[in-house]
Amino acid sequence: MSGSLYERIGGEPAVDAAVDLFYRKVLSDPSISHFFDTTDMDAQRNKQKAFLTMVFGGPNAYDGKDLRAAHAGLVSRGLNETHFGAVAGHLQATLQELGVAEDLTAEVMGIAASTQDDVLNR
Amino acid sequence: MSSVAAELAPTPTRRLRFAGVEYEVLPTETVLDALLRHGLDVPYSCRKGVCQSCMMRATDGAVPAMAQHGLKDTLRDHGCFLSCLCRPKDDLDLVAPDDELAFVRATVARVERMSPAVARVRLTPAEPFEYHAGQFVSLRRSDGLIRSYSLASVPRLDDHLEIHVKRLSCGEMSSWVFDRLQPGETVDLAGPNGTGYYLPGRPDQPLLLIGNGTGLAPLIGIAHDALAEGHSGPIDLYHGTRHGEGLYLHRDLTELAERHDNFRYHPCLSGPARMKGCRPGRAEEMAFADHAALDGHRVFLCGYPPMVEAAKKAAYLAGARLDDIHADPFELRELRRVPRD
Repeated sequence: MSGSLYERIGGEPAVDAAVDLFYRKVLSDPSISHFFDTTDMDAQRNKQKAFLTMVFGGPNAYDGKDLRAAHAGLVSRGLNETHFGAVAGHLQATLQELGVAEDLTAEVMGIAASTQDDVLNR
Repeated sequence: MSSVAAELAPTPTRRLRFAGVEYEVLPTETVLDALLRHGLDVPYSCRKGVCQSCMMRATDGAVPAMAQHGLKDTLRDHGCFLSCLCRPKDDLDLVAPDDELAFVRATVARVERMSPAVARVRLTPAEPFEYHAGQFVSLRRSDGLIRSYSLASVPRLDDHLEIHVKRLSCGEMSSWVFDRLQPGETVDLAGPNGTGYYLPGRPDQPLLLIGNGTGLAPLIGIAHDALAEGHSGPIDLYHGTRHGEGLYLHRDLTELAERHDNFRYHPCLSGPARMKGCRPGRAEEMAFADHAALDGHRVFLCGYPPMVEAAKKAAYLAGARLDDIHADPFELRELRRVPRD
């Protein structure tokens, strides 16, 4: 199949569909919800959307430096690979729930995994 | 670049010229952030692009399209933009927006006390005023004091605009409305603003309306609007107050529920007193106890900001899509205008 991962997965509408499911799973998980708890849910959703746009291979302005800066505060509050793994699990469950094909899911999870060192500031 | 990514991307340092002085905008700042950091006394309230009280006009330099989101065409054409949303890509020359563009004169038709703490004010605008039930307006007194109020009226049902004003102990505007305001006096209105209103097209969608205090105002407008549109799905309205006298439209809403099978009114009292027909507890707690699963619901929230924020999250976790949850952020803070010579 031709086209970028982002195009094949369905572009921005796919991201929008995923954000609602993904952010709800993350907020409902007591092992990680405190990292995402905020009084400004719209701002938090926009951050989740930017993150999903990136792991869906979409056009974005995020790079490793931004990911590091965005998560530095969380790392100092104890964010570690267990939490990273939990978030990745919710991402995978979201993609399954949306019926995303296995090969595309694997690509997305590959991009997500590649961000671990930047997210955890290692 | 996606719009969100563009929004999050830093911009280089820019300069603003305002009232003859130059100010620097840091890459991470909005125009409003920069003006406030330099100590300027500019009006603002929600800082989320909703209330429009931080509107400014650019006389030179282009403003990003997203900083004009939600503004009327005439305002856009004049270069008006919301300073709280504006991360400038250009250097900008700024002026305060012209009043005649933003404000409409309105005459007070009636002021009624609905309870010891709530007044209902009916206003007649001097020119046609298009709005949706559930939106809000900014009301300006002749000395420049501004406050935002939700509209309880419905365009197709009501001749007047209706607002509900809660008396606050140190509230300059609310005290004035209670003690001084008389029919025949004039005020200025800007708006309408806000995206929390009834959208026809899904007549069977369940609607959940939760408000406390005068947060009831927009919810009543939305309920009337939906019923007039022929909405067939269930409409559940939860109104919470501490004391029974705060249920200031108890009779109207009870009657409305008698006339419409699909409209249910749930008065809730969080204080110690009990009243026949009223639920003991907070409106949002009662609402979520009754509605554990909110998939497919449209939820409208209005009132005390911590309640609204908590209920927004609870509604989302209960399955409502974030796009289906409407809560216009209000902060109870002084809104001061720059004195003009």
